[in-house]
Amino acid sequence: MKVRAQMGMVMNLDKCIGCHTCSVTCKNVWTNRRGTEYVWFNNVETKPGRGYPVDYEDQSKWNGGWELDRKGRLKLKAGGSLKKLANIFYNPDLPDLDDYYDPWTYDYDKLISSPSSDQQPVARPKSQVTGKNLDLQWGPNWEDDLAGSAEHAAFDPNFKNIQEEVRQGFEDTFMIYLPRICEHCINPSCVASCPSGAMYKREEDGIVLVDQEACRSWRFCVSGCPYKKVYFNWNTGKAEKCNFCFPRIEAGMPTICSETCVGRLRHLGVVLIDTDRVEAAASVADEKDLLDAQLDLMLDPDDPEVRAQALRDGIPSDWLDAASNSPVYAMAKKWRIALPLHPEYRTLPMVWYVPPLSPLESVGAGLIREGGDEENIFAAIDQMRIPIDYLASILAAGDTAPVRLSLERLVAMRRYMRDVNLGDPVRPEIASEAGMEPHELEEMFRMVAIADYDDRYVIPQRHGEVSRDAFVDQGSCGIDFANGAPVPGMGEMTGFDDPDPYGGALACASNGTAAPESGALAVEEPDPDFDIRNLLSRHGGPRPLKEGGDA
Amino acid sequence: MNVLAAGTLSVAAYSVLPYVALAVGIGGLIWRKKTDRFGWTARSTELLESRVLRYASVLFHFGVLAAIGGHVLGILIPQSWTEAIGLSEEAYHVLAVVGGISAGFAVVVGFAALMYRRVRFPRVRVTTTRMDVVTFVVLGVAIATGMLATLINIPDTVHYRESVAPYFRQIFILDPEPSLMEGVNWVFQTHVIVVWFLYALWPFSRLIHAFTVPVGYIWRSPIVYRPRGGRSGARTGTYGSGAPDYSPSIPSSRTSRPKTSEKAAQPH
Ligand code: SF4
Ligand code: SF4
Repeated sequence: MKVRAQMGMVMNLDKCIGCHTCSVTCKNVWTNRRGTEYVWFNNVETKPGRGYPVDYEDQSKWNGGWELDRKGRLKLKAGGSLKKLANIFYNPDLPDLDDYYDPWTYDYDKLISSPSSDQQPVARPKSQVTGKNLDLQWGPNWEDDLAGSAEHAAFDPNFKNIQEEVRQGFEDTFMIYLPRICEHCINPSCVASCPSGAMYKREEDGIVLVDQEACRSWRFCVSGCPYKKVYFNWNTGKAEKCNFCFPRIEAGMPTICSETCVGRLRHLGVVLIDTDRVEAAASVADEKDLLDAQLDLMLDPDDPEVRAQALRDGIPSDWLDAASNSPVYAMAKKWRIALPLHPEYRTLPMVWYVPPLSPLESVGAGLIREGGDEENIFAAIDQMRIPIDYLASILAAGDTAPVRLSLERLVAMRRYMRDVNLGDPVRPEIASEAGMEPHELEEMFRMVAIADYDDRYVIPQRHGEVSRDAFVDQGSCGIDFANGAPVPGMGEMTGFDDPDPYGGALACASNGTAAPESGALAVEEPDPDFDIRNLLSRHGGPRPLKEGGDA
Repeated sequence: MNVLAAGTLSVAAYSVLPYVALAVGIGGLIWRKKTDRFGWTARSTELLESRVLRYASVLFHFGVLAAIGGHVLGILIPQSWTEAIGLSEEAYHVLAVVGGISAGFAVVVGFAALMYRRVRFPRVRVTTTRMDVVTFVVLGVAIATGMLATLINIPDTVHYRESVAPYFRQIFILDPEPSLMEGVNWVFQTHVIVVWFLYALWPFSRLIHAFTVPVGYIWRSPIVYRPRGGRSGARTGTYGSGAPDYSPSIPSSRTSRPKTSEKAAQPH
């Protein structure tokens, strides 16, 4: 047993209202730069739908993730290292910009600068890449709230293995919002796909990062990730991805998407992983066993033996306490109400989802409200508007059992708490029928319904004894390399009149102008000796940050 | 016709230029490695355009690899050696012409298609820097003269293995003999001179990606783990290869950050 800490996230889909606040705040912090206009480290898609990039879940098309070879050994679906090197001049699995979308803005200036005329002036869409007019055919969230679903949704790869009725049932319309970030997988195929070894998993918290100084533009990570959560910055020629807001996490703060989530549905915590068994867990023969194999890797933080080993392996004791209070461990393993996204890709993803309860169709309606008997209620789960098969193909490799268990427990919690809140006599049998204890249902209720800030985010800080004050960086952008340095390889771009026409420059305001975000940060004078703008030592600042440049 | 006949010009072009070019090239490489790892990239544009790239890039790159192999064979290996292994000069010439023409053809077609693509597709065009343009021009002349040299030598009239090749070897053993180049066909002369310029340009241009062939990937274990703040242990495949470092990413401006090893020794 070798114990490592791993950050994880749970999103409670029941509460997502599809407002895209998370995407926007994430974009403002991380990808509001030239070269990343089309990049959304966090995006929210409406399911059923084709997703972003189009049909990313269809691995027969993109060859992302892992598979087992004939001998049952774990292999990258896109092929091994020799095949990669042979394909290095052209990666056959790489999505095209149009599979995401051609990012655009509007020439708003026309609206005020055009001379008076009989017609209203129009602001035409302009590509943010080329500056040319665009004929919009596809864009981010083009299928938001099922827009155009009659045309697109049938392509949803999750329908592939589902019976015809469900697909037709889709005509009765159901949908869910699926917010997605990088999964910070325990067995990341992006890392394994990188020929340069530029991508890595951090030993301390399992966050998966790209070393910007080691990336050489080979782009196999982009195609190797089955969730398509590594992006290619076409301006710098480097891969970039969600970094789990690691500077915030290290300070004990939640990621930006979590902090700003309107539904307050994101939970962050640490789990302890037995890293000796990762490969075995990812290699189990039956896809449907992957969930259990992954849960098995997640060690019980209250087990004295695990604690002792963790301390021996160098994990600080406050991290172990955080693991004991981890919402991720509780929801995924203790209560089993959270499920991983597409476990069948065998990357052992660490962003988990609580499946949404949905309105019941006809007969079942009102059962929960009326408090009807158990049998009927569990039968009613099958009549939920969102077909359980569909949820299972997203969250459980097509196995309905874990989805059903999760939904049953969520229903049990509601029924049980209804009695508690109305002052009716509580019925412990509700808990036992769902395989839980009454106190567990109450804890669950606190976690998913009350969802206090401190319950949602249990983030142990880095040991900041030697930390510097981060206040000087307020208002600067997280990634500094793209702004100061227009393009690697020297010189300005020639093809575009204005090298930064649409807002890239917005990304970095000057330092020190914004208000401090948290009282935890002491206010001090900016240190003249320390210039974080020289992350990449390209401009010869006084003290370049050595390990910086991770993104 | 000689581009440069005897005299100072010849010495400048064939003796001084090579060393200046090599010094700038090698020095530049070291400088770039030290100061600009971030800029060290192939800067792929496949995301922006893949249909032409698919053929053009593959043709060009494999063609270049073959051409480089041919140059090594033709220039670095003396005629006497190939004869010693029983390869007659005539047989060698047939081999060189057939190989040279096919590789050259792949390079020329690939390069032309890549240039077409760069001009034709606005998305690719906007990623083009001034340095790229300079590189493409020099590279284009090098390719054109190289191809032409191969073609005009089909009748085996130039005997470059008795002139150009020894010239290069003399350069490498630091005993330049510019006179070897003086009687050579002007196409060969131009090719040689342009290629020296290309070497000097190399580290400052996108061509630098040629120096990062990731062969280590073949032996590396698939998952890379790295303790924060260190590259040590980066290439190993198990957790725990380095000590975890639970200090923050942004180091102190006042206290110097303890090294990973010191840190691990501290009780938490
Ligand atoms: S989800 Fe994240 S960690 Fe997992 S393979 Fe994709 S980019 Fe890598
Ligand atoms: S901010 Fe929260 S509620 Fe809004 S779309 Fe994102 S995850 Fe859903």
